[in-house]
Amino acid sequence: MSDARSAAGSVARCGLATALLSLSLSAAATAAPTGAAFKAGTFDPPRLAPDFALQGSDGHELQIVRFRGKVVLLAFGYSSCTEVCPVTLATFAAARRKLGAAAADVQVIYVTVDPQRDVPERLRKFLASFDSTFIGGTGTEAQLAAVRKEYGVSARKIPYRDGYSYTHSSFTYLIDRSGRIRALMPYGHSPDDYANDLTILLKE
Amino acid sequence: MRARSLVLATVAGSALAGLAWSALAPVRSASRDQIFDIPRGTWARRMSGDKVEILPDHMRLTLGVRDILVLRNHDAVPQIFGPTLMMPGQSFRLPFEQAADYTFSCTAHASGQMIISVRPYPGTPWARLGWRAYEFWWQARLLLRHIW
Repeated sequence: MSDARSAAGSVARCGLATALLSLSLSAAATAAPTGAAFKAGTFDPPRLAPDFALQGSDGHELQIVRFRGKVVLLAFGYSSCTEVCPVTLATFAAARRKLGAAAADVQVIYVTVDPQRDVPERLRKFLASFDSTFIGGTGTEAQLAAVRKEYGVSARKIPYRDGYSYTHSSFTYLIDRSGRIRALMPYGHSPDDYANDLTILLKE
Repeated sequence: MRARSLVLATVAGSALAGLAWSALAPVRSASRDQIFDIPRGTWARRMSGDKVEILPDHMRLTLGVRDILVLRNHDAVPQIFGPTLMMPGQSFRLPFEQAADYTFSCTAHASGQMIISVRPYPGTPWARLGWRAYEFWWQARLLLRHIW
């Protein structure tokens, strides 16, 4: 009798566990559907892009607010970078070419993490080798560190032979016409992916 | 004796039918979101010395099934997940299109790191079987953790 009761208890526990598991599986399968067409990661709600005042490679003060009405691609790096930055900037240039005339409303801003070497003129020449419309930003170590903190960007100086290099965040922020950070594109996405997301933002 | 054989045959038949379904039925999901919540108080608990392990340090996504990572910051302070600075109350939704292992730094995790393995869509019977077994194990683990 006690064996039968114990067996019945086991069956009941198994049944309860199975039912709970089924419920959890079905709940996971019926969550809200997705709708984003962005290739980048998107923020909800979007926050206003923290502004800054840096020396622009175009000879003017560089502020995000200057580009209200345009879609901004904001990236961080340094002109001596041999791996990540050339790929990222070439991708931006290719994406702008894909957009055709609409690219006039896309502004690339590239903020250096290496103020020691990246003076405005050097940045201008470096960026012009990809696209003459790109604008670089530089400033003091403290100014640039403050900007990176606001955007959650990391950069670390690494001594290398007689000089140094940097490891730095490799993603790109996509800022909409209203100056809000809408998306973040991890490194490695194609010009098509950028063109896709820029097109979405340009149409808004 | 005959009744026992009948029971065994029924159990074996059911197991085989379950295996066949697991291997042959296409894998579908109503939502492709894999949601991660960073609970309120995570940062404060960590600052007080509590080794908070709310987020797993290794998680798996599957292309075409569950391939969108959704992070929601319910904490009262900004959190950095890899490249993402998320403000309190903000969420971040990151789709994946390439099968690979992605390593992110993450302040919401005590180890400071999180690996996301993005696997290809389970297109073969063996892959579907493996995927369902893993999902079952994963959900059971979550459920047991929730109960106890």
